Amino acid sequence: MTGHGAASELIALTAAELSARLASRDVSAVEATQAHLDRIAEVDGDIHAFLHVSADALKTAAEVDGARRMGAKLGPLAGVPIAIKDVLCTLDMPSTAGSRILEGWVPPYDATVVSKLRKAKLIPLGKTNMDEFAMGSSTEHSAFGPTHNPWDLDRIPGGSGGGSAAAVAAFEAPLALGSDTGGSIRQPAAVTGTVGMKPTYGGVSRYGAIALASSLDQVGPVTRTVLDAALLHDVIGGHDPHDSTSLTDNWPSFADAARTGAAAGTLKGVRVGVVKELGGEGFQAGVSARFAKALDLMSAAGAEIVEVSAPSFTYAIAAYYLILPAEASSNLAKFDSVRFGLRVTPPGGGTVEDVMAATREAGFGAEVKRRIILGTYALSAGYYDAYYGSAQKVRTLIQRDFAAAFEKADVLVSPAAPTTAFKLGEKLEDPLAMYLNDVATIPANLAGVPGMGLPMGLAEEDNLPTGIQIMAPAHEDARIYTVGATLEALLEQSWGRPLISRSPRHPLGEGRTK
Amino acid sequence: MSSAELMDFDKALELFEPVLGFEVHVELNTKTKMFSPAPNPAAPGAGAGEPNTMVTPVCLGLPGSLPVVNEQAIRYSISLGLALGCDIAPTSRFARKNYFYPDLAKNYQISQYDEPIAHDGAVDVELANGTTFRVEIERAHMEEDAGKLTHVGGATGRIQGADYSLVDYNRAGVPLVEIVTKMITGAGRDAPELAKAYVSAIRDIVVSLGISEARMERGNLRCDANISLSPRGSGKLGTRTETKNVNSLRSVERTIRYEIQRQAAILAAGGTITQETRHWHEDSGTTSPGRPKSDADDYRYFPEPDLVPVEPSRELIEELRAALPEPPAVRRNRLKESWGFTDLEFQDVVNSGLLVEVESTVAAGASPAQARKWWTGEIARLANVKAVDPSSLVSSEDVAALVVLVESGELTDRLARQVLEGVIAGEGTPAEVVEKRGLKVISDDGALIAAIDDALASQPDVLEKIRDGKLQAAGAVIGPVMKAMHGQADAARVRELILERANSQG
Repeated sequence: MTGHGAASELIALTAAELSARLASRDVSAVEATQAHLDRIAEVDGDIHAFLHVSADALKTAAEVDGARRMGAKLGPLAGVPIAIKDVLCTLDMPSTAGSRILEGWVPPYDATVVSKLRKAKLIPLGKTNMDEFAMGSSTEHSAFGPTHNPWDLDRIPGGSGGGSAAAVAAFEAPLALGSDTGGSIRQPAAVTGTVGMKPTYGGVSRYGAIALASSLDQVGPVTRTVLDAALLHDVIGGHDPHDSTSLTDNWPSFADAARTGAAAGTLKGVRVGVVKELGGEGFQAGVSARFAKALDLMSAAGAEIVEVSAPSFTYAIAAYYLILPAEASSNLAKFDSVRFGLRVTPPGGGTVEDVMAATREAGFGAEVKRRIILGTYALSAGYYDAYYGSAQKVRTLIQRDFAAAFEKADVLVSPAAPTTAFKLGEKLEDPLAMYLNDVATIPANLAGVPGMGLPMGLAEEDNLPTGIQIMAPAHEDARIYTVGATLEALLEQSWGRPLISRSPRHPLGEGRTK
Repeated sequence: MSSAELMDFDKALELFEPVLGFEVHVELNTKTKMFSPAPNPAAPGAGAGEPNTMVTPVCLGLPGSLPVVNEQAIRYSISLGLALGCDIAPTSRFARKNYFYPDLAKNYQISQYDEPIAHDGAVDVELANGTTFRVEIERAHMEEDAGKLTHVGGATGRIQGADYSLVDYNRAGVPLVEIVTKMITGAGRDAPELAKAYVSAIRDIVVSLGISEARMERGNLRCDANISLSPRGSGKLGTRTETKNVNSLRSVERTIRYEIQRQAAILAAGGTITQETRHWHEDSGTTSPGRPKSDADDYRYFPEPDLVPVEPSRELIEELRAALPEPPAVRRNRLKESWGFTDLEFQDVVNSGLLVEVESTVAAGASPAQARKWWTGEIARLANVKAVDPSSLVSSEDVAALVVLVESGELTDRLARQVLEGVIAGEGTPAEVVEKRGLKVISDDGALIAAIDDALASQPDVLEKIRDGKLQAAGAVIGPVMKAMHGQADAARVRELILERANSQG
């Protein structure tokens, strides 16, 4: 522990711990923010989690400190720094969604979740890297270069929200926002040893989240602990009149749910359903082994482990890769150079169509073009029923499978990702292999149910993080926080310390084995 | 196209049966737009606004923005559906219609596709000969309007040949209801008249519901006219053309007439009709082909994932049904009775498409007879000269004010016509024009008597004749007097004074 200053201790804190120190005025928001800005300056050259670092963070922090001094009643996360996925619109920072076509674009409005952060006095640190328009599972499809996994810089941090996961895993921020269309929060969490929660569809506003697939997208927390995710979810959740698909539920306190779970120490009476189709073939041995151990732990803690079958999950990826590109092909049509973003005029001018085509040719990356073409085709006259129509039917079947499974189980579990982090470049030329990374996470998006990715240990063969996914019925996000916090406590008990403390990038150095 | 390439209308009707179909777009006059809280330029008194000032991120299709349905627009759409005799769908859905065009901010239009809010209705349209023609309605669906392009440079104002184009998104997102008819057959030679009468009937309905400003010249109401010709007795449908955005009642009628003659000429010469979009040219009275769209047939519709289905409660539908204004036929009977018009007088108003104008003019204080006289007379004449709809020239309020001035004796008919000219020229309200142009009737008898004496002095024989009982001789003096008064005298009063003069000097 020698040589580590107060700043290192500050960035090692969870958001809950930091907020307690802030509330007691033991630490100021300016100090906390400065410590994280220093950390970013120190490590982000290697990690590349951030596309933009806020110039206003310290000023915002000083305002929060001022308010606290004046005795203002502040929320639990006031003064806690946060990183924001670049898919979310921010008034004061460029919002590019990882695309060349939006390079430098500063929106004239904040996403609803961002205004909620500001209202709750969190300190936006900057915008995090992502696969272009959230299309990918490795963050290698960012137009601005890949993000590196803090556990091993040669490996991917998952995607599309690799920037947010890496920022949290590398202690550049205690909290981050992500978005999850097919696993973009949960799969990066799994491969970076962090916690990621995809709320019930409609639980968090999508207003100001640059749309990939509107019927699947959901914004959610990326953190290092279940309690931190719950605290952040409490801030960003709830009905938004600007989003017609946002739910009007009276949500319970997720932080309370997490605290209840952490204190429980038992899973007695909880029926944990293991989804047969989300395991076995195609899953790395070390991942499956860790998953088995987690099940043993839950069973020992009193959970009833039941196997459930969801046969239509087998078709989830196929359906997903019709619905997503179809919606994306339409959502991305607005990037045409007319009103905002990049404009490329072909040599010698040309018609408006020529300019649109040249702009999209230059501004979109290969994966984006691939999906636009797929989606355009899937929606074409004569193909609609066979592709988009059939995919929607599969979606209904998947929802039915979930409903049947939740008759037998309170929560469903599976590995959150089939493998640990793979090497940068390894799957770049093989889109199908890349798509399989989301095999376990996609069904939740298709059914709109909530799901969390939670660290479940390092895989034996490569010493890299693995994650377990916990899913609950729609509207039952609190159940995930309770069960997740119990499991997290059980796992940490069994390891003797949090998994993240074994990261080679841990600021207090426990993980530095070499 | 020269007239040589048009077939005589009567001959065309001998050979072919016209088959019609209409898509009428109605801009709703809600306070805000269809999917955003931006002010609606089609709202009462809103005006078009400076370009791109009536917009939000939603109207501009900015990344991350999301639509939210305007509840008032849903209520208006249901009312309109009910007034068209349609069934209201318990569940209807929005869909995306995908195509690239710079006036379409998102490059898709939020519309309704296979699940419209209203379907299967009918409108009874009265023709000049007193018969009623039933036009069946296939559907009425909700959608959003696009922005407006202005093509700068180039001679035609069209996109071809323009140097650059300006886009104004103020209109983007204005709530629209599109009313689509079923195929209309059997109109025969009444087809052009039916077209005009149908659009006029739709206009009457939306005006009576108060859901649209319904000014065709402002684009509040726009008609796409489909027409094909079927060789008589063949039972076969021809290829149709669709003439877009015909923006006056008069043009709707002319468009149909023109297309019948054009298509008949082509078919009779052994040619084929190209299925295409065409544009109406008011000045030349012709249509021409529009820009060919390569992807016109594939809009890649799919359900709009950003919106939830529209599911109006039965209670809401019944509430709106109970609040519907009286049906047009009932209304016409009531108006005819209360105005005391003869069948002929009333038919004259209806056939001119001026029922709404006369009604609102009466409501604004004019007598029914005067309101009818001005609308079907002078205003219709001026509109005809200018080739526009009468209602586009002057407001009912201004006509009523004019009539009141005439009825109170402050204006003669002749002066009133000059005032009307001024109002149409944009010089202000009738009272303001009277003031500016100094057009009041001279009611000062002293001035009139002086002028009469002058006139009599130069025509001494007139007094003799009057005294001999030849009262019509007064006419010879009235003319010069009116001239001396610059027309601003009441001719009847002048005549009275001349007769008095003759007698008193006796």
